[in-house]
Amino acid sequence: MSALPVPSRPVGEVILAVENIALAFGGVKALSDVSFDVRESEIRAIIGPNGAGKSSMLNVINGVYHPQQGQVRFKGEVRRRMDPHHAASQGIARTFQNIALFKGMSVLDNIMTGRNLKMRSTLLEQALWWGRSRREELEHREKVEHIIDFLQIEHIRKTPVGRLPYGLQKRVELARALAAEPVLLLLDEPMAGMNVEEKQDMCRFILDVNDEFGTTIVLIEHDMGVVMDISDRIVVLDYGRKIADGYPAEVRSNQAVIDAYLGVAH
Amino acid sequence: MSFFFEVLIGGLLAGVMYSLVALGFVLIYKASGVFNFAQGAMVFFAALTFVGLQERFGLPFWAAFVLALSVMVLVGIATERIVLRPLVNQPQISLFMATIGLAFFIEGLAQLIWGTEVRPLDLGLKDEPIESVLERLNMVISKFDLTAAAVAGVLVAVLAVFFNKTRIGRALRAVADDHQGALAVGIPLKQIWAIVWSAAGFVALVAGLMWGARNGVQFALTFVALKALPVLILGGFESIAGAIVGGLIIGAAEKLAEIFLAPKLGEWCQALFDVSLNLSGIEGWFAYVMALLFLLVRPEGLFGEKHIDRV
Repeated sequence: MSALPVPSRPVGEVILAVENIALAFGGVKALSDVSFDVRESEIRAIIGPNGAGKSSMLNVINGVYHPQQGQVRFKGEVRRRMDPHHAASQGIARTFQNIALFKGMSVLDNIMTGRNLKMRSTLLEQALWWGRSRREELEHREKVEHIIDFLQIEHIRKTPVGRLPYGLQKRVELARALAAEPVLLLLDEPMAGMNVEEKQDMCRFILDVNDEFGTTIVLIEHDMGVVMDISDRIVVLDYGRKIADGYPAEVRSNQAVIDAYLGVAH
Repeated sequence: MSFFFEVLIGGLLAGVMYSLVALGFVLIYKASGVFNFAQGAMVFFAALTFVGLQERFGLPFWAAFVLALSVMVLVGIATERIVLRPLVNQPQISLFMATIGLAFFIEGLAQLIWGTEVRPLDLGLKDEPIESVLERLNMVISKFDLTAAAVAGVLVAVLAVFFNKTRIGRALRAVADDHQGALAVGIPLKQIWAIVWSAAGFVALVAGLMWGARNGVQFALTFVALKALPVLILGGFESIAGAIVGGLIIGAAEKLAEIFLAPKLGEWCQALFDVSLNLSGIEGWFAYVMALLFLLVRPEGLFGEKHIDRV
């Protein structure tokens, strides 16, 4: 453990700790006894073969699933049960493997929903479209325009999301997540189904987000080249168990990881 | 010519009454992507509760209105709790089936509490012609219809702004599109559903009062919902403006068809096939024929969102 590569960005204290998580759906064990931590401003990758429990892990962090055992510690606060709404209000934003955008709404409106929790006006004010409600709407538009600019999607602002190609939809989903100004950003296969050029763009955006806003990022990705390039540390899951955890160079040469991906001779 | 306009205006005003009912459907559809089969039952329940409160406790209009509205809000919240909450993230057809069950339940509940007899409802609005218009233009325009149109107009304006320009409105549309995504951006799904079902309850109450005042409060009010169907098909299920425009078109077309088209069609039948055909009563089914034709041309309606599904 002597010549470890130093992360390129300043990485702070542990912000998220996942402790002994076990999650089962009936008799199927999706996760068993998984623990790892994520430090502030870090890019942390979760990898593993299909069905390893990666998405389930994100769903646990984000409060969609409630693990039977273990706990999640976020910003020092321990929680056993919480719902996605609560997670979002704590500053956890995410994207989905199979894109969960609002297809009938424009790109702009989609991203505006990301600011939902930042808005304060009351139901009555909104019903009358009056006072704070109006001012607020304009204020948040400005923030959203900034994100649109940042992700270079100006040209599709008014387009209904359903009409966009897959790669752009992924980018809009990232924009919506960013609109919440998250502390922790969970990305579930942000580059799935993209061509090389789109992947490069996405990589650049992820690195820029991390760099510019200091956002902590946990991402699931299958493209090993990308994962090794952009992540600071990597967790490897296989059949719901953690089989490796460390810097990219360590993980790359880990025998258990190689076996999990390539199979072992019996 | 003035007779033509009289028929036209009468039709447009009647159409507004359809729009009132259609609005309730649109609200729920926009917020959950579900055709709420129980909307007609809610109209019936709301009107019956209002009349029942007035009758049994001798309450004045406003007290009865506020109480009936509270009851509708409670019904909305209860619906969210008992019917919708267990169905989060389920396919929309399941939600639709649930609303069918809900419709029967509400119909039964309403009659269980308030009884089954037909009740008159007096809002103090008389269904009589406006005199000044009658004198000057020699046209019969009903006061009642005009008031109903004004009420519907205000409702539509408020709801349209609410849905399109505000955070909660956007949250409602988001929920309709994708539960998972909505939850992830921190939209409280349960609260949103409670709000929208309460709002639909409010619209049902207004529609129930208007229709009840015209036809009497009775079980047949639930069928008013059927009249909203062609309106929705024309206007588009997710458009508030569509509900109003669709209502106007249907209302006007029905009346014009009854007065002008039916005799003409009868003549043609006589001339072409030598069959004498009495088509009076075309008003009853003309709207559905229009809706059917419209489905062939523009299935998403005039103002509906055009969804493109990638295969």
